[in-house]
Amino acid sequence: MADTFDLIVIGSGPGGYVAAIRASQLGLKVGIVERENLGGICLNWGCIPTKALLKSGEKYESLSHLKDYGLSADKVGFDFEAIIQRSRKVAKQLNSGVGFLMKKHKIEVIEGTAKLEKGTAAPKVVVALNAGGNRTLEAKSVMLAVGARARAISQIGLEADGDRIWAYREAMAPKFMPKSVVVIGSGAIGIEFGSFYRALGAEVTVVEAVDRIMPVEDIEVSKAAQKAFEKRGMKFRTGCKVTKVSKDKAGVKVAIEAGGKAETLEAEVCISAVGITANTDGIGLEALGVNMDRGHITIDGHCQTNVKGLYAIGDCAGAPWLAHKASHEGIHAAEHIAGYKTPNVHSPIAGCTYAQPQVASVGITEQQAKEEKREVKIGRFPFKVNGKAIASGETEGFVKTIFDVKTGALIGAHMIGAEVTEMIQGYVTAITLEATEEDIHGIVYPHPTMSEAMHEAALDAYSRVLHI
Amino acid sequence: MTDILMPALSPTMEEGVLAKWHIKVGDTVSAGDVIAEIETDKATMEVEAVDEGEVLEILVEAGTEGVKVNTPIARLAGDDVAPAPKKAEAAKPEAEAKPEPKAEKAEAPKAPPAPAKDGERIFASPLARRIAAQNGVDLKSVKGTGPHGRIVKRDVEGMKGGTASASAAPAKGEPRQVLSLEQQGIAPGSYDLVPLDGMRKAIARRLTDSFRDVPHFPLTIDCEIDGLLAARAQVNALLEPQGVKVSVNDFIMKAVAMALKAVPEANASYTPEGIAMHHHADVAMAVAIDGGLITPIIRKAETKSLAEIATESKDLARRARDRKLKPEEFQGGTFSVSNLGMFGIKSFASIINEPQGAIMSVGAGEKRPVVRGDSLAVATVMTVTLTCDHRVVDGAVGARFLQAFKPMIENPVTMLA
Repeated sequence: MADTFDLIVIGSGPGGYVAAIRASQLGLKVGIVERENLGGICLNWGCIPTKALLKSGEKYESLSHLKDYGLSADKVGFDFEAIIQRSRKVAKQLNSGVGFLMKKHKIEVIEGTAKLEKGTAAPKVVVALNAGGNRTLEAKSVMLAVGARARAISQIGLEADGDRIWAYREAMAPKFMPKSVVVIGSGAIGIEFGSFYRALGAEVTVVEAVDRIMPVEDIEVSKAAQKAFEKRGMKFRTGCKVTKVSKDKAGVKVAIEAGGKAETLEAEVCISAVGITANTDGIGLEALGVNMDRGHITIDGHCQTNVKGLYAIGDCAGAPWLAHKASHEGIHAAEHIAGYKTPNVHSPIAGCTYAQPQVASVGITEQQAKEEKREVKIGRFPFKVNGKAIASGETEGFVKTIFDVKTGALIGAHMIGAEVTEMIQGYVTAITLEATEEDIHGIVYPHPTMSEAMHEAALDAYSRVLHI
Repeated sequence: MTDILMPALSPTMEEGVLAKWHIKVGDTVSAGDVIAEIETDKATMEVEAVDEGEVLEILVEAGTEGVKVNTPIARLAGDDVAPAPKKAEAAKPEAEAKPEPKAEKAEAPKAPPAPAKDGERIFASPLARRIAAQNGVDLKSVKGTGPHGRIVKRDVEGMKGGTASASAAPAKGEPRQVLSLEQQGIAPGSYDLVPLDGMRKAIARRLTDSFRDVPHFPLTIDCEIDGLLAARAQVNALLEPQGVKVSVNDFIMKAVAMALKAVPEANASYTPEGIAMHHHADVAMAVAIDGGLITPIIRKAETKSLAEIATESKDLARRARDRKLKPEEFQGGTFSVSNLGMFGIKSFASIINEPQGAIMSVGAGEKRPVVRGDSLAVATVMTVTLTCDHRVVDGAVGARFLQAFKPMIENPVTMLA
């Protein structure tokens, strides 16, 4: 087996394997090192299997509204184990799919754990093979796509133990259906798990340190989301600091503190969703002198680190920690390695949360616009007056648009409601193609669709809304 | 076809009022005919035709305000370039078409024309088009870095201030088009591009024209100015109660005016019809200002006292720096003085400021060894260089002017004679 490559990608998540395919398309000889599952967290333990779970939850919840649609059913119920099984099966299917793609593109998959050593054109990659033994790989370029893992805060006992304290992995393939859950952190991961377990009937309390849930979202969306989740029976403790997580046979005790008042929440399990830690330890980055910033690898506009021939993409190279951002960077870096003279990697990255209701956004929030002292026009349109939403019985939520006054550029879009995660790409396209309000106003949105609300929200920003 | 463009009546003019048309569709005009009257907030001026041909179309109606410089205002038949964008395209109205197109349209091309002169479409994102229109950037001059060379926001952001050129044909006498910096090996991103403002464009155009088209030569002479410095001290002591301070440059302005009176052939302009012998010495002085320079004029300087010149030049220089000069205050001088003495420059030769016949470049007054009889002495010496337009000021004429100037500046008392 050859040990020299044009490019070695370390990590086969949505950043790494996509970069490997792109590099192969461009004629490079590519090897990819993976220590666990092809497809990384996203396919195996993240994005995809959670969507499988959430779909089960959503379908189950919709059964409780059958009457609204003139339908009835007896003996409605669920098989928790089957739900988990389905999710695992979905992950397995996609994992094999990545294996097939690697083969198709003649990308050699090296199963093992990589470590970098000083090299000439780029650092050398020494792989401790899963099958035993070592293999040293040399390449003109090396791309780190090593991702991140759930953050643990051991000082307060917040560390997944596979028993009562879960991180995403345990929460995705649990041994039992908990009756009560305390979720710590109200970002996308916390909200999704909270939403899933609540849909199946668990008592769910979400604890958030900031004074509102989903803090990266626009404040109006935060408020609407909290209301919508509370309507479904979720409880929220915002502005709360978790001081201690402890467990006993019965379950967990989560000590919280808000405004000087201490309190203890009790539940069967606790799900930790307090952010991520980049997997940058143990790869030999310190010895190479790779520049880091708060645990993440520092990169330039072409995803290059300060070390010759060494690139970094995705979660390990900083926020936002999203699969599509990793893929985008991976493709850019692969093209840069192949000699493409493309401008700096820079595109709007949308964020999606697949709870009930869904939340999706791209660009800046109204608060950010204020902080940046930008003069903006804001438009809003609720789904409750959208024909398709009424017909579907999914009138929850709204669309909000933010335009720059001077240029008319769309600079932010925020949505909450059914299937908004599928719609946000309309605005992503508009922002990427640098549309102005004039262009969006001129787009013909098909009727009847919920996407018409996107048109109306853009019209509303310029006082031209039609259906209010 | 040829488009007649909205002219700039001053280097800083950006827009004006098209007050009156002297032509109508179907008229035949020849170069030099008065075709229109343009008003700025300071003056009304007649516009003469540069080209000849039949008037095909009046693109901007009389009475329209806010017409941007270089907007096509009328179209002549001729054998020139392919058709420039039609009226409607050139002045594409904004999204909200207001039912008052007259003034709106005249605000001129808000959206730059999509078709280039050869009918080729310019690929640019909507946002790039809008930013370009707002900043007066001509998309034809922008290199796109988006997919397939599409012009995107980052390509036009930061480019500012240029005049909106909706015309396909470059203005006559524009500096020649050189290779792009990139073609000459200067990498994009290795420099910042400072957009050309109206003044920079005017400087580039006028001085390129002058240096290329005017046969010019320099004459240099040394002047000893110890007498001048002594006289200046006396004069300033005298004028102190009035709060007036006379500078060396004021003496120079006065001496230039007196010398022009003595040698009127040096106070002249070349025209195809003949040599214009100016009645007065309207002496312009080059004033460096932010982003360029401007040449305010001391009118009839030969009639003015040193104190008057000092007061006037101080006021003009101040208002020049504030960009508050009226066009008539910096247009129409008959002779220029450029002084870089304060920077320690020994001598230099300025470029003729057309249509003036000559320009004097003044160096620093500095102590130098001079030969008196057969021995060395020390004197404060100032070197001046006269750049002459040989079409009006021959070598001997220029030399006689300097011969007249030198004793006056060396012994200011002789100006009283």
